[in-house]
Amino acid sequence: MLFKSLSDPTRRAIFERLCREGEQTVAALTAEAGISQPSVSKHLAVLKQAGLVLDRHQGRQTHYSAQLAALTPLIDWTKEMTGFWESRLDDLEDLLKRMDQ
Amino acid sequence: MTNPAGETRTVVVEREVEHPPEKLWRALTQPHLIEEWLMKNDFKPVTGHKFRLSREPKPDVKVAIDCEVLKVEPNRTLSYSWVAYGLDSVVTFTLTPTATGTHLRLEQSGFTADQKAAFKGAKASWPQFLAALERVLEQDDNEGDNA
Repeated sequence: MLFKSLSDPTRRAIFERLCREGEQTVAALTAEAGISQPSVSKHLAVLKQAGLVLDRHQGRQTHYSAQLAALTPLIDWTKEMTGFWESRLDDLEDLLKRMDQ
Repeated sequence: MTNPAGETRTVVVEREVEHPPEKLWRALTQPHLIEEWLMKNDFKPVTGHKFRLSREPKPDVKVAIDCEVLKVEPNRTLSYSWVAYGLDSVVTFTLTPTATGTHLRLEQSGFTADQKAAFKGAKASWPQFLAALERVLEQDDNEGDNA
């Protein structure tokens, strides 16, 4: 979900802008995105579903902000690498057993 | 590759192996054996030798790690750099003989983009994010393999 939501360049640009400039309204995002407001809203809905953005309603405006915590598990590589090595070393031990024969 | 904003982290995995260090050393340094437990490679146990580890977890996904041999101390220590997907690290295998075989210690130390730098949404950090995502996907594959 996270991967898919950031694989689209337009969506990634919207998310990057929210990271860079903080909370924005859909109208403000549309002004710079170069696509229609409904398209921007669709992209925001995908980002929201992935937990990457949060929306806040104020009057008739909806404000969006980036939820950077959603990316944290991806930045900490140690967990993935520990799992990777545990699995590789299991295979290494299997290989050592075969080498006996 | 330097990244002053990066934060060094370390992974350590240890195993008691019921085989002598000499045999373990062969598995760690002979290309056809490395391929059986790690990845395809063009490894040579020569300090300064550059090699690449590669595999295809899925038909359309290629994983490649760029490495350089840093230290070769037969039957004792093997160390090489491990650079891939925004991760700049060093992997070190340390073999210690025991009464029943070998104590194997694997340490990987290095860094990816600093979290704060990444939060600025700097363009440079995006390849690293996407790389991290790929690692997660690959990890899913590994878990699948174990199932």
